[in-house]
Amino acid sequence: MIFTAKVVIKLRESILDPQGKTVENSLKSIGFSAILETRIGKYIELKIDAENEEDARILIENACVKLLANPVMENYSYSLEKSEKELV
Amino acid sequence: MKAKVGVIVFPGSNCDHDAYYVCKNILKVDTKFLWHKDSSIEDSNIIIVPGGFSYGDYLRCGAIARFSGIMPEVIRFANNGGIVIGICNGFQILCEAGLLPGALLRNKNLKFVCDTVSLKVENNKSIFTGLYEIKEDIKIPIAHGEGNYYCDENTHTDLLSRNQILFRYNNNPNGSLDDIAGIQNVNRNVMGMMPHPERASDATLGLTDGYRLFESVVGSVI
Repeated sequence: MIFTAKVVIKLRESILDPQGKTVENSLKSIGFSAILETRIGKYIELKIDAENEEDARILIENACVKLLANPVMENYSYSLEKSEKELV
Repeated sequence: MKAKVGVIVFPGSNCDHDAYYVCKNILKVDTKFLWHKDSSIEDSNIIIVPGGFSYGDYLRCGAIARFSGIMPEVIRFANNGGIVIGICNGFQILCEAGLLPGALLRNKNLKFVCDTVSLKVENNKSIFTGLYEIKEDIKIPIAHGEGNYYCDENTHTDLLSRNQILFRYNNNPNGSLDDIAGIQNVNRNVMGMMPHPERASDATLGLTDGYRLFESVVGSVI
């Protein structure tokens, strides 16, 4: 089965995100005063060939821990869905 | 035993020739380049992981280089007590590889900083800094956008209690935790620093404070 994983990688909460802060200040300066906080992260989309959902999850976890995220400074989360059509 | 330096070349390394030049032409030490796809460090007994933008800094600085073909051998070498020096991108790679604690974040002011900075030698009992005076101020160039050293509180406590901090910035240019510019590992055979000692080792270029780092390391190989 082909799955699509949408991985989001964010700086850990305890780490200052100067890019997010700069964007946040800009948003406030143009009138978006209701935006309380802005954090910027990374979005990675993966197409995965796996027997079942559990295998796909194990694979993503491994990929995130090993390469996609650095646990010293980042957290990751992801959603997983079956691709609508099989890739050729 | 004679010192034999191996300088690793990744796609995107750009300080490899500087490091090579200092070791080969100034220190007159047997020096060779090691291509990142090689699986052996040959007879090298000092490994330099140089500065640059390996793999275009894609994903995170050093994250992809850390899995290059030669890295398992570098990790094995380091874990057996082999001397490894990571400069700038090399420091980032060694952190990604788990050979040094912590990580390098985006500079706090979001700017790429290219400057000559003043460092304080915090530990001169290491094989890397033995020829410096303790608390000596030295001038070394920096050139990085992700040099903001970070580690958690426990790691920081360990760095302090084990004298792992080798250099601190006198005027922090990047937001680095505790002004840290360079550290060594617990076993004291692996070091990483964001400033570029290889750019301050030839009197022709004006700065020479980096030279003693290479001289110290080479001198430690007997």
